[in-house]
Amino acid sequence: MSARVVITGMGWVTPLGCDLESVWAKLLRGQSAVGRVSRFDASTFKTNFAAEVKGFRLEDHLGEKAAAHAHAGLNTQFALAAAMQAWKQSGLGAHARSGKLVSRRFGMYLGAGEGQLDFDNFASTNLAGWDGAARKVDARRWAEAAYRNMDAVREVEQEPNMCLSHVAELLGCRGPASNCMTACAASTQAVGEAFELLRHGDADVMIAGGAHTMIHPLGMTGFIRLTAMSRRVDDPEHAARPFDQTRDGFVMGEGAGMVVLETLEHAMSRGATPLCEVVGFGSTADAFRITDIQPDGKGGGGAMMDACRQAGISPREPGADGRPRVHYISAHGTGTKENDSIETKAVKLVFGPLAPKVPFSSVKSMLGHLIQAAGAVELITCVQAIRTGWIPATINLKTPDPACDLDHVPNQARDLNPAGGVDLCLSNSFGFGGQNDTIAVKRFVA
Amino acid sequence: MARRVVITGLGSVCALGVGMDALWAGLVEGRTGLGPLRALDASGFRSKLAGEVAGFSAKDYVPKHYRKAVKVMARDIELAVGAARKAVEDAGLVTRGTSEDGADAGLTYRPERMGCHIGAGLIAAETEEMSAAMATARGEEVGGGGGGGAFSLRKWGGEGGGGMEALTPLWLLKYLPNMLACHVTIIHGCEGPSNTITCAESSGLLSIGESSRVIERGAADLCFSGGAESKLNCMGVLRMDLAGRLAATGEATDGSPFVKPYDPGAAGGILGEGGGILILEAEETARARGAKVYAEVAGFGGGQSLAGYEGAGDEGYRNAILNALDDAGIGPEKIDAIVPLAASIPGLDAAEAGALRAAFGDRLSSVPIVHFGANIGNCTAGAGGLQAAVAARCIAEQKVPARVHSGSPDKALDAAAAPARSAKLTYVLVCTGALGGQNAAVVLKSVA
Repeated sequence: MSARVVITGMGWVTPLGCDLESVWAKLLRGQSAVGRVSRFDASTFKTNFAAEVKGFRLEDHLGEKAAAHAHAGLNTQFALAAAMQAWKQSGLGAHARSGKLVSRRFGMYLGAGEGQLDFDNFASTNLAGWDGAARKVDARRWAEAAYRNMDAVREVEQEPNMCLSHVAELLGCRGPASNCMTACAASTQAVGEAFELLRHGDADVMIAGGAHTMIHPLGMTGFIRLTAMSRRVDDPEHAARPFDQTRDGFVMGEGAGMVVLETLEHAMSRGATPLCEVVGFGSTADAFRITDIQPDGKGGGGAMMDACRQAGISPREPGADGRPRVHYISAHGTGTKENDSIETKAVKLVFGPLAPKVPFSSVKSMLGHLIQAAGAVELITCVQAIRTGWIPATINLKTPDPACDLDHVPNQARDLNPAGGVDLCLSNSFGFGGQNDTIAVKRFVA
Repeated sequence: MARRVVITGLGSVCALGVGMDALWAGLVEGRTGLGPLRALDASGFRSKLAGEVAGFSAKDYVPKHYRKAVKVMARDIELAVGAARKAVEDAGLVTRGTSEDGADAGLTYRPERMGCHIGAGLIAAETEEMSAAMATARGEEVGGGGGGGAFSLRKWGGEGGGGMEALTPLWLLKYLPNMLACHVTIIHGCEGPSNTITCAESSGLLSIGESSRVIERGAADLCFSGGAESKLNCMGVLRMDLAGRLAATGEATDGSPFVKPYDPGAAGGILGEGGGILILEAEETARARGAKVYAEVAGFGGGQSLAGYEGAGDEGYRNAILNALDDAGIGPEKIDAIVPLAASIPGLDAAEAGALRAAFGDRLSSVPIVHFGANIGNCTAGAGGLQAAVAARCIAEQKVPARVHSGSPDKALDAAAAPARSAKLTYVLVCTGALGGQNAAVVLKSVA
């Protein structure tokens, strides 16, 4: 018999702020975090706006412990702040201080992205190494410049497993540790695999989530070249418009989301209050094309179907109250033409005639796309929906797209308490390249 | 009752050649593939030697209809695609990738029952393409020297018509780490769980552990599993050197004497490139199709060390080993051979030796260590898959290959130079630490 798994702590760093309740309130108000890029001169970039985390200071979250992580990259600092919030909410600190948390049974599974490139030194090194006459790189000259310009710590801190190292140092994890990079699906996949490790008995407690920022010149460059981002430079605040017929791409965001996952047994043994239960995880690959999503929605649909199956529900059958068994789906909902229409198809594949009755919205309309951190942050919105009975809207949805004709909760958050609240949610994340992940979370009932 | 997981196919690409027969023959004969780095002019780097895969292109390992896609594959992806193909052939599988038309008739497994976990590194952008593009974004020259001005972000963004537009539109997709698994899933048609673990040298073993768990819980019947990486490019070599991972090679042309794990004089490894991908299957479905079985994956465990770039502190590493032994339901006395990372990097070697001593006690010196960094170099995210593949082959051959070691390793470990020899191998421990502190261990078991 596999262990039951609950969430006992949550934390996030988002473009709308860095604490659980105030960001949730802003999300329910439908506030956009999108504006001009301030971190570097993006004025000539075809997309020059993003949803940036503003006013972030690690010491606000870590106090005097922040100094030990001052050399960490921005993504890692986001991870540390979110992990600390989750840790505090879980109440595990006292448990650890009394020596009852077994460090070998305390693991991590993150979907953290790479750190920010040291772009200025990278650019000057590349120019120093470029032999303009021969039109090729002179690797000897490049190396001389690189040894002069590049800093060892700044380079190492870009490695994608550095978030694990820093979080381990902060919280004392000595159990199983992994980091995955499945693009936009990463942190959902990380939480899902952490859930499976706990179910299997590999650990008692896991920190899971993700952190990422690609709001730097090369990060923006990659997506501009792919023409995946919105170019609505005259109206950034309304550029993120998932499911709208006039959508023209996603808006870049950044941040981190972290949860503390525990076996129910472990949580109960220390008298903790579960915030919700994780009841299902589905993971599939499109195996289609590196540039396109499988057009029938089979991949995303398969992930949702598997998550529902593990949660023990048949998505096409309503509950005793006549409502669909799934009360809310947090969409991947990026705002690209392709994603939103295919994800809509996938929901229809899974829920059949019930699909129009399942609220299915995208907080990326407000937060932008936090790339590898998106899934964990969106999972937290699902837990908040269960806790409060409210579900967030898709803002900027003014011109419905006939290809996105489900209940996208347009422009106005919804109070589901009169209908009986929110008991079960799915959170979808689909990665570039075709990795699809869905997590099912449920109101905790002992 | 969890399902049992077995290894039915081995695929490798490394400095000793393509395919396990080439690697195994080289190891048994004690040959080295470490020589002068040719992928770039290494004269400006401190470490000028490498374990390069000569004359390799993924074009030879993909169906005809997929050859165009090789253009958007970083070297890491090519290595993974090659290793995956060799594993499929070794396992005797029919996949979408083995039939020229990619049709689904006659597949060994339905696509939704196949998963893929391929560990990867942080892939550096090709310096050549990036520098050429950046050269179009120089600002006004100050002072005049004929070389042009400093880099201008405004020009990079598009002012004046140059800059990022010089990069191919699909530029980003060449370098996303999940593209190793994505190409392999597309080529061979794996629609089940797929992941990309990025924990430096531990990526491969963590992937094998995850594949095992996925098959155990019934989410797939077969997984491609392992890792691949090539850091043989300007940024890769530089970063590894700045992190203190590489030996300074001076004018030497043979890299093997520099790689001497657990020796007090070890001062860094030699960078290799490579991939090791295994086919893991549920025992019941593998038996049903009459597959040959190399070994069972009997246990997996992970553990995180104290932070420290060299993997300092052996507590996390020991946890990984103990977790894997517990998962296999055995004590350390059952282990007949150990295949560790043996990186020849002082901090990591010390953590590894300390963890092994803690787990094995006095018996450690009588357990043969299989290491091959002096043969193929440190293949970073490709290392774990190669270690596991060699371990599986050791079990199948009931043999440990020759060891190349130019120094005097710690007497507590049986790691000094030695010829190949027969050995009774029932349980083999494969383990690794990593830059960044993630450790992983896998126990393989003979099924004979």
